[in-house]
Amino acid sequence: MSDKRVRFLASPYIIWSAGFIIIPLCLVIYYAFTDASGAFSFDNVADIISYVNIKALMLSMAFSFGATLICLIIAYPLALILSTVVSSNSSILSLLFILPMWMNSLLRTYAWQNILERKGVINGILSALSLPPLYIINKPQAILLGMVYDFLPFMILPVYNSVSRIDKDLINAAKDLGAGYKEIFLRVIWPLSLPGVISGITMVFVPSLTTFVISDILGGGKILLIGNVIEQLFTQDSDWNAGAGLSVVLMVFIVISMLITSKYDREDIR
Amino acid sequence: MQNKLIDLQHITKSYGSSTILDDLNLYIRENEFVTLLGPSGCGKTTTLRIIGGFETPDSGAVMFQGKDITSLPANKREVNTVFQKYALFPHMTIAENIAFGLKIKKKSQSYINDKIKYALKLVNMDGFGDRMPDSLSGGQQQRIAIARAIVNEPKVLLLDEPLGALDLKLRQDMQYELIRLKNELGITFVYVTHDQEEALTMSDTIVVMNQGYIQQIGTPTDIYNEPQNTFVADFIGDSNILSGIMIKDKLVEILGARFDCVDTGFGENNPVDVVIRPEDIDLTEPEKGTIEGIVTDVIFKGVHYEMCVMARGFEFVVHSTDCVPVDSRVGIHVDPFDIQIMHKAEYDDEKAVEIDE
Repeated sequence: MSDKRVRFLASPYIIWSAGFIIIPLCLVIYYAFTDASGAFSFDNVADIISYVNIKALMLSMAFSFGATLICLIIAYPLALILSTVVSSNSSILSLLFILPMWMNSLLRTYAWQNILERKGVINGILSALSLPPLYIINKPQAILLGMVYDFLPFMILPVYNSVSRIDKDLINAAKDLGAGYKEIFLRVIWPLSLPGVISGITMVFVPSLTTFVISDILGGGKILLIGNVIEQLFTQDSDWNAGAGLSVVLMVFIVISMLITSKYDREDIR
Repeated sequence: MQNKLIDLQHITKSYGSSTILDDLNLYIRENEFVTLLGPSGCGKTTTLRIIGGFETPDSGAVMFQGKDITSLPANKREVNTVFQKYALFPHMTIAENIAFGLKIKKKSQSYINDKIKYALKLVNMDGFGDRMPDSLSGGQQQRIAIARAIVNEPKVLLLDEPLGALDLKLRQDMQYELIRLKNELGITFVYVTHDQEEALTMSDTIVVMNQGYIQQIGTPTDIYNEPQNTFVADFIGDSNILSGIMIKDKLVEILGARFDCVDTGFGENNPVDVVIRPEDIDLTEPEKGTIEGIVTDVIFKGVHYEMCVMARGFEFVVHSTDCVPVDSRVGIHVDPFDIQIMHKAEYDDEKAVEIDE
């Protein structure tokens, strides 16, 4: 294709990214570095240093880290199993794990609220079995559960893709050269699946870090994550400048964590 | 060359309803270059994978130096495999690939370094240690795959169509390279291929397989000059296969004419199959041949001409360095020792099937 044609075909995307990505981003940065009167100011960004905001950010980081780790621990063995079963069965199995993605995530989160409530489904079953009730609603565990449940498919898909793409002959070759199961995993399967793991981590970590819906619904508004702080600044306080300031800080944190992950990616895979 | 190193006893293997190997018996001696040769689906690769430990036979035993290793996993066997598509670890350098087996065996770093150097030299890949596999050509990757296998000092090297993906010239070079390697290392090679020329060039022993059965075992000259059935005759090289009647010892009737031959023991007036290699047919003056024919087609093949000669309703393929023009009347003469007599196939399995190459 000629350069001209490429440029022509690319134009809708350029318009799209200018209109819906670059301009809004510039607006966020503009609001972040101005005060209510429109004058240049660092105060919004510096707001992060306040005790409440730092706590929310650290809490968000901890939750995202935990959710990502749990997702990886659940998804990796599953991906390994899926990649070894016969292909016709594996598509049905993977569909089962992908299916929840087709439902609205808000709906799924409300469903968990119902299940976990003090007089919810789980406690109904537990009391019917005369077992002690389980109170995790409005507690950190509930938020973590919600994050894992909502974002698990985003970990499974890339990990499964990378694991299933590993040539079976490579595993046979490792076996042939004397490797047992542990060595095959550590020296062949794990390093070759890292690109999938990295993108899985990205796809779980980032939405976990920015979510406010899950902590709102399953945390009962008692646990403030950085997403909730930003949301409140925009909706309740109508302080766009402060909200944008914290958003920019959050973005910087995400970029830094992605740089760290991709550095590991390059080192191990080359 | 006397000791049986590997002994496959009554091996049967099927996938679902299709039987891949049926009561296969085969032994491989020490320091032998054995080639399993046959069309795709004949069971040759499955046989190799059973020796390597990647498949378990449904019944039968795999003996290695007199010990039963049928259920021993691949990582515990003293054999190494060179895979068809090389199977080099893409995330490791060439040196790391070669060191893989040695690291698992916990050899010292200096031993490993020496071995890497030695192996790279052996396969003529000096100085490639720091490269990544995907920066090498197919032929180079193949050499590394061989190096990676032999540093483990296996008793047997299994090669699964290792030259299949290389172009002709490179394939021929690698054939000589493999013979040299085998002589230098002094270990047993078990080689799988569907390429008869490869098999004839390199092997001490060729095992011709078809549809899960061994058709013939022999030296390349045996297999070529004295095929035991029409399948082998057809699969190895070009051949003219005719039905004939064994009149008595050393006399066979083909297409109504009587030819002297050297075979005995086929009884009298028994139907037989007769194989005549294209290069063994002499075209003479019409009246000097045993039968007369007309040249219908001539193709120049480089080293020789390939001519089709129609005689008494049978189209003979003839190879000769002398060109006889189309429409010439010729006589067909075959020396008695160039006529190969075979029993008619007793089983359907033995019959020649379509050869897919």
